[in-house]
Amino acid sequence: MATVTASTPRALPTGLLRHRAVHKLLLIALAAAVLVPLANARWASGSWPGALTVDLTSPLSKASDWIIDNRDSHPLFLYFFGYVSNAVVISVRAVYLVLLGAGWAGVTAFGALVAWRVAGVRLAVGTTAAFLACGLLGMWVPTMQTLALMVVAVLASVVVGVLLGLAAGLSRRMDKVLRPVLDTMQVMPAYAYLLPVVLVFGMGVPAAVLATVVYAAPPMARLTALGLQGADKEVLEAVESLGTTARQRLLTARIPLARKELLLGLNQTIMMALSMAVIASVIGAAGLGDRVYQALASVDVGAALAAGIPIVLLAVVLDRVTGAAGDGTEPRGRAGWAYALAGAVVVAVAGRLLGRLDWPDAWTLNIAEPVNRAVDWMTDHLYSGVPVFGGTADWAGHFTTWVLDPVRDGLQGLPWWSVLLIVATLAWLIGTWRTALTAVLAMAAIGVLGVWTPALDTLSQVLAAVAVTLVLGFATAVAAARSDRVERLLRPVLDVFQTMPQFVYLIPVVALFGVGRAPAAAAAVVYALPAVVRITTQGLRQVDPAAMESSRSLGATSWQQLRQVQLPLARPALLLAVNQGVVLVLAVVVIGGLVGGGALGYDTVFGLAQGDLATGLVAGAAIVCLGLMLDRVTQPTERRTGKGA
Amino acid sequence: MRVRAIAMGGALLLLTGCGAADMTKQASPFANAQGAKSLTLSVQSWVGAQANVAVAQYLLEHKLGYRVDTVQVDEVPAWDALSQGRVDAILEDWGHPEQEQRYVKDKKTITPGGGLGVTGHIGWYVPTYFAKQHPDVTNWKNLNKYASQLRTAESGGKGQLMDGSPSYVTNDKALVKNLDLDYQVVFAGSEAAQITQMRQFAKEKKPFLTYWYAPQWLFEKVPMTEVKLPAYKEGCDADPAKVACAYPHTPLQKYLNTDFAKSGGKAAAFLKKFKWTTEDQNQVSLMIADQKLTPEEAAKKWVDSHASTWKAWLS
Repeated sequence: MATVTASTPRALPTGLLRHRAVHKLLLIALAAAVLVPLANARWASGSWPGALTVDLTSPLSKASDWIIDNRDSHPLFLYFFGYVSNAVVISVRAVYLVLLGAGWAGVTAFGALVAWRVAGVRLAVGTTAAFLACGLLGMWVPTMQTLALMVVAVLASVVVGVLLGLAAGLSRRMDKVLRPVLDTMQVMPAYAYLLPVVLVFGMGVPAAVLATVVYAAPPMARLTALGLQGADKEVLEAVESLGTTARQRLLTARIPLARKELLLGLNQTIMMALSMAVIASVIGAAGLGDRVYQALASVDVGAALAAGIPIVLLAVVLDRVTGAAGDGTEPRGRAGWAYALAGAVVVAVAGRLLGRLDWPDAWTLNIAEPVNRAVDWMTDHLYSGVPVFGGTADWAGHFTTWVLDPVRDGLQGLPWWSVLLIVATLAWLIGTWRTALTAVLAMAAIGVLGVWTPALDTLSQVLAAVAVTLVLGFATAVAAARSDRVERLLRPVLDVFQTMPQFVYLIPVVALFGVGRAPAAAAAVVYALPAVVRITTQGLRQVDPAAMESSRSLGATSWQQLRQVQLPLARPALLLAVNQGVVLVLAVVVIGGLVGGGALGYDTVFGLAQGDLATGLVAGAAIVCLGLMLDRVTQPTERRTGKGA
Repeated sequence: MRVRAIAMGGALLLLTGCGAADMTKQASPFANAQGAKSLTLSVQSWVGAQANVAVAQYLLEHKLGYRVDTVQVDEVPAWDALSQGRVDAILEDWGHPEQEQRYVKDKKTITPGGGLGVTGHIGWYVPTYFAKQHPDVTNWKNLNKYASQLRTAESGGKGQLMDGSPSYVTNDKALVKNLDLDYQVVFAGSEAAQITQMRQFAKEKKPFLTYWYAPQWLFEKVPMTEVKLPAYKEGCDADPAKVACAYPHTPLQKYLNTDFAKSGGKAAAFLKKFKWTTEDQNQVSLMIADQKLTPEEAAKKWVDSHASTWKAWLS
């Protein structure tokens, strides 16, 4: 639709646009005038009518009972799931043993040399430092466990992703079928499907790897499909004219042409897999995530941070290295690789001969204690009694009573049909009638699942957190877009915010804001802020320099320039930032359940903790529906390809 | 045609030849990495459970030569893992009648491992500094008088009763309703969040009312007094909607995987004998949670000074 794109609004007569919006509004008003009295006469309740719900409790608990009773005897498990599960265990074990056998020196040397070949000397030094830091923090063995898990999970995700991507990239119809599937895989909170995965594959590594594949394969699939669809038509025609078969064309032209997208897909898949490392520890996946999780149980922020830092380091190193591989256009010489490999082997063997396989205990640094002292000091001084401002506890209280409560009560007080009407109006004004229909159906599905009231509670938290994220994010982004120095300083901070497992900051967040919905909102803001800042900064910076220059020559002040030139021109980026803010905040809803956020997040956690398939899955499905609805309401531009920045 | 038949036959042979994949026998891929005898223990999220496991692990590793892996999982999934042999033992169970019926009585994949020696009790608690100022707050009949003092932003005009992790046994919503209390149950969502909040309240000497349980190390840091609820009688909590009585005192239990209990050798015999007191457990818990010792260091400290207790477990 031409309603809202970057430049057309200025070109099109605004009268026409208004006209169209008025049209839509009139149509909706007409539909409402007919439907609302009907609905109201039949189900006159304010909240979602009980007659229109479906209770899934009994079928879902039956399914879970069936799995438990047949798991040890049914052929489906003995000859299929059992093999999958065994294959995962064997491969993870193999990788782990290789990593242990190479010793810390060998692994570090290998990592550094690969980084050197792919991305140059600077990243090689960074990689070395990162691995040594993992050892210094006393986390060498857990890091290797996580790495082994990651290698297998990423390989599996890439295979699954590429297969799905090939299907979608080569057939329009498959593309249409797969798109909602991929959406669901990403928006569904992992917590909701951990339990079914555990029931089928059993506790521990196999379930963790498979849950990771569900989450990490979609970006690979999307980018593969995008790469295949975007291949240069002329090149393809030229290849075709040479009389090649379809398969040859795929292998020799289309896939090589899609190299950039494939590598970006790999990069995204690694990032998402790593972000699952901690969540997967909830089902016994061991490694760094498990250390974070166990530290949480003894309320030890320092220990959690000591395990969280290696995750951040791994993420940053892998991101930069795969990112550099995606940027490089020419494959480099084989000889260099051979030298690099030989070097790594030499170091590994030397380490072995010297008997220095395990990281020496004496070389560890205990950061837990000073970190805990710092956190204590901070929470002591900020929690209450800051002169004039009050303390963080007061702010949290005010935020809850002045913002969260009214929004929640307002949403829950609205008659159910009016919520649907509002959703329809917003979605239609921004998109097509199809978008509006999807959004309304998603919202209605929440009602049908019987979680209308908690879903609106969650929605109110999401809206409030997104509002805070956008205010902070836009302000930071404006500063970053205007000054290179600010942007440089900001980059590592954003990296840490984005990759630090949320479990690490749960305790400080509660210590500052108390238990309730306010700390949940704070955790969500921390997680969603980096993407919003990055997208907005990029958008502002890409504004045509000529436009900026001409406005400056007209004597515009810097504020006028920002308001009248930069922001309007960066509009598509701003809208994308809003959309990503919503999606990412929604991803933390479950974590919010762990600090008193209640509603759907709590239900999801409850489902896993109590082995209650019905509660967990229904809450998870409702979160997916909320995500779908919010996406449609905030996504006017054409669909993006990958999630996350 | 013939080729296909052979291929089919081959595939079938491959499947049956390899045999069924036994879903009940899969250890962690990280186990036995250096070729040692090993077993896996389940740790629950509270520190008392960490203390049990830390001491058991220390003794198994240093006195019996085992390698011990631990996994932290919630209670109900842990039962499931135990029945499948992915975990060999649970050392502290607070009572899960449904799971007992399914796995111990019906499927017989789990065997009771005897008592832990510690008695658990769930209840409602207020901080002792508050109970001293207002001695009558310790009876549920007077709780409504204090609702306004216990109000928070989350409790919506009523008093706040803070509940913890979703994995814990609780009747609190029913209790508030059936005892006609002017309170709102606020779920902290995790034990870590609940402890953090209690410590913040205690620092400021603010009153609070919380679901909590003993044995627990936090009592040493934040002294708390139990609020009396209508007395517990056998079966008064049978109907979850109609509960109007206190929580029972539960002797905590150990459970072993049945195969492991039979063929686990010295390790299984040791875990069956493992039995200590509430004081012992609290000592170790406090070292872990408050003095921030690693579980291993804490276990070593306790083991070094309690030889007579643990020697009995090894005999």
